[in-house]
Amino acid sequence: MQPIDEWLRKLLLLPPAASSMARPIDRLHFSVISVTMLGATLLVLMGGYYCVRYRRRRPRGPSETRPAAPTPPLWAELGLVGFLFTLFVAWWAVGFKQYIGLAQAPRDALDVYVTAKQWMWKFSYPDGSQTIDELFVPVGRPVRLILTSRDVIHSLYVPSFRLKQDAVPGRYTSLWFTATALGRQPIYCAEYCGTDHSRMSGSVVVLSAEDYSRWLAQPGTRRAGEGNAGTRDAELRTEGERVAARHGCLRCHTVDGSPHLGPSFAGLYGADIPLANAEHVTADVAYLTESMMDPALKVHAGFEPVMPSYAGYLNPPEVSALVEFIKSLKDVPGQSAREHGVPAASAVTLPPPAGSIGRPPGEPLALPSEPGHASEQGFAAPGRELMPLPRAPRETLEQKLGDGGAP
Amino acid sequence: MIAVKLEPEPMALPPDYLHAKQGPMSWLTTTDHKRIALMFYGAVLVMFLLGGVFALLFRTELLSPRRDIMDATTYNKLFTWHGIVMVWLFLIPSIPNIFGNFILPLQLGARDLAFPRLNLASFYVYLVGATIVLSGLFAGGTDTGWTFYMPYSENTPVTLFPVVFGIFVVGISSIFTGLNFIATVHMLRAEGMTWRRLPLFTWSIYATSIILVLATPVLGLSLILVGLDHVFHLGVFDPATGGDPVLFQHLFWFYSHPAVYIMILPAMGVISEVVPTFAHRRPSSYAAIALSSLGIAFGGFLAWGHHMFVAGISTLDAGVFGIFSMFVAVFSAIKVFTWVATLYRGDIVFSTPLLYFFGFLFLFVFGGMTGVAVATQSLDVHWHDTYFIVAHFHFIMVGGSLTSFLAAAHYWFPKMFGRLYSERVGLLAASLVFMGFVLTFLPQFLLGNAGMPRRYYSYPAEYQWLHVLSTGGSYLLGSAVLLALGNLALALAYGARSEQNPWEARTFEWLSPSPPPEHNFESPPVIDREPYAFDLSEEQIRARAFPG
Repeated sequence: MQPIDEWLRKLLLLPPAASSMARPIDRLHFSVISVTMLGATLLVLMGGYYCVRYRRRRPRGPSETRPAAPTPPLWAELGLVGFLFTLFVAWWAVGFKQYIGLAQAPRDALDVYVTAKQWMWKFSYPDGSQTIDELFVPVGRPVRLILTSRDVIHSLYVPSFRLKQDAVPGRYTSLWFTATALGRQPIYCAEYCGTDHSRMSGSVVVLSAEDYSRWLAQPGTRRAGEGNAGTRDAELRTEGERVAARHGCLRCHTVDGSPHLGPSFAGLYGADIPLANAEHVTADVAYLTESMMDPALKVHAGFEPVMPSYAGYLNPPEVSALVEFIKSLKDVPGQSAREHGVPAASAVTLPPPAGSIGRPPGEPLALPSEPGHASEQGFAAPGRELMPLPRAPRETLEQKLGDGGAP
Repeated sequence: MIAVKLEPEPMALPPDYLHAKQGPMSWLTTTDHKRIALMFYGAVLVMFLLGGVFALLFRTELLSPRRDIMDATTYNKLFTWHGIVMVWLFLIPSIPNIFGNFILPLQLGARDLAFPRLNLASFYVYLVGATIVLSGLFAGGTDTGWTFYMPYSENTPVTLFPVVFGIFVVGISSIFTGLNFIATVHMLRAEGMTWRRLPLFTWSIYATSIILVLATPVLGLSLILVGLDHVFHLGVFDPATGGDPVLFQHLFWFYSHPAVYIMILPAMGVISEVVPTFAHRRPSSYAAIALSSLGIAFGGFLAWGHHMFVAGISTLDAGVFGIFSMFVAVFSAIKVFTWVATLYRGDIVFSTPLLYFFGFLFLFVFGGMTGVAVATQSLDVHWHDTYFIVAHFHFIMVGGSLTSFLAAAHYWFPKMFGRLYSERVGLLAASLVFMGFVLTFLPQFLLGNAGMPRRYYSYPAEYQWLHVLSTGGSYLLGSAVLLALGNLALALAYGARSEQNPWEARTFEWLSPSPPPEHNFESPPVIDREPYAFDLSEEQIRARAFPG
């Protein structure tokens, strides 16, 4: 970093930049702040100068007239306004471009799920391990955090990364970063969340690649401090199994890897899912949640789009429990992640008219997934769809299944 | 009718509005816009002092990261109370309901507002609403922050409904006042008062009234839904019962962002009077100031999403909200340039209201420039919900409103009470208010840069020196405000008698005696000139306004 940047950073008391995005953001920051502060100072000085230069030097009588004051020419006014407008729009354009960059995680980003609750952070890693209030990440590698909240809105804030994202109950938001400096950086909760808001802090621990793999290999270490979260997840798994049974999930999705109407839950979590439109998606929390709420959006290749939406039928705790249950089956043997989901030739094939079940007539179309904004739009969908909408009742599906001869 | 004269008058005039009728009932049942303005003055000042005391209490707690004088829950309640009282019970009603009420009919050459009884109702509705809010705060102790974000507001164990209901009631008072002002500007302009001859303060109050009428219902209804969610778990905003918390943020800021302009547009109106009057020249561009008021009023409705850049809204939405925020910044900059250009080649008399204008200029320009910075999305990600934002909106919105509120209190003091305050004390208080303000909030910009989130009861020790500076500044600010108000209070009783037009102003409110008689003008004035005709002499403007 250039010395002037470093000098400005210290002058403004900004913490050292520790992520790949922090430096370009800081550079924009410095240019905006220096120009605006300079302009503001000039303007105030100009006003002060006029007050001295044009002060009244002798009293005036009640019948005294004075010549009308000059009016600045129109071109000067318009020119000034045009200049300001151009300047502001230029800053906006650079800022917006960076903001878009903040919203788009690289495809190879390491996913970490963040669950906020009053007043702690839980970080869940792809291998199933969890930490509380401490986020361990490797240096130099993009990490995507997928956030939600169990109770009220929180906001994950890492000042030295110049990053912040609200964790909203009932929906998923995300942010990503590439840490550039080893060490420990503070995490704060930035959205007011009640009595201990100011104590809801944590830290990002940035490890070298070797230290990170060593850390991954030490389950004892990383589960330290997990406290009752483990117990809570075990309860959630049990609850998830009950939810799956109660809502009829298991009529179509097996838990032992055997093929059926829908992809088996076994080995599903974390698997690479081929979609009907030839794209691929990772079966993460976001995808699983989205598929419960809007199953027709990203249909697993090789399966018919027969699943109805469960928006309005599953409440958020049930959804979390189900996801936890599916997660617990990720290592169930009997089927590799690649094979699962391709139904056997003998599997029952339903010939439903397109849209008759998966998307009943009259139902409003779900939000189209915007390319490039999937991390926001896609994850936001469950939350948005939580308002009960008129849907095809579940019985319709069951009747259909009955007609189709399913067990 | 033989009026009993209590005060010696230089000429045979009807008694002024303060003495036209006697007894408490003549005040409580008055429909005179000037008396209602004074009653608002008293009520709003009580709220202002109350909100200030809350702020000083929690600033004291923040002197150290540890517990000093209160626990975390009390701290959370106090910043909530400070926000609610200052925003809804002080800033929003302050300039429109006091000075707008008093001055607007006079500037139009009207006898009163269009609906005098509605005006009185507005005062009582405000009083009832404020009482409900305050009793709700003291009885239940709301700790949600003034923004009532869901679902925290649904789950908080404290009582919430009276507070949000009280704010709803206060909102009705705002709507009454807004309607009244709009109708008055349209219907009760004096003969010859065309739209291009409206004084700029009236223009800004008119623009404010449009926002009041359009935005307040959304706030009122949203807050009622929050209250119902809290009591009955309706499930409008809480995801646990199927609602959407981000929807609440949209509805809340759809009002509360324009509400920023409800506070700052009247302030700009005051400044637009003070600068030409003390520079003794016409504004360098009347049209720029008047039209930019309307531009801010409408543009301000399209910028609310910049409060939500990290709330999980779509990237495209954020971009659109960002650029509309820049539009508003351009309109505000036009005003600032016009004020400064008005000083150019003026005949400037330096006095207390003009010193407040300099405080305003500094706070508004620096606050506004940081506003451009936070409207730049990628920068806002770092600053959002930190002390930088707190400092930004206190500079631009509170600093702007407070300095111009005090400017108006001094500028129109002779008009309202017929007396002069001590100029030396006034200048001293204005300087101290400015220094206190900067000392309170400049450290907060740096705190925000350093990464200190707002609404924190305790904080990392390295932030302490900045908090100590800020708290020191807040004590200075509090004392300076008391000094300014005390100076005015003393002048009520001991101030020298003022002439009718002590500042040699040219706007039309100074055509009536100071203080004005009950019906404002002895005979209706005729307006045949622009409002800032400083090329005419004092005698000429009187002769032309009252021919014959």
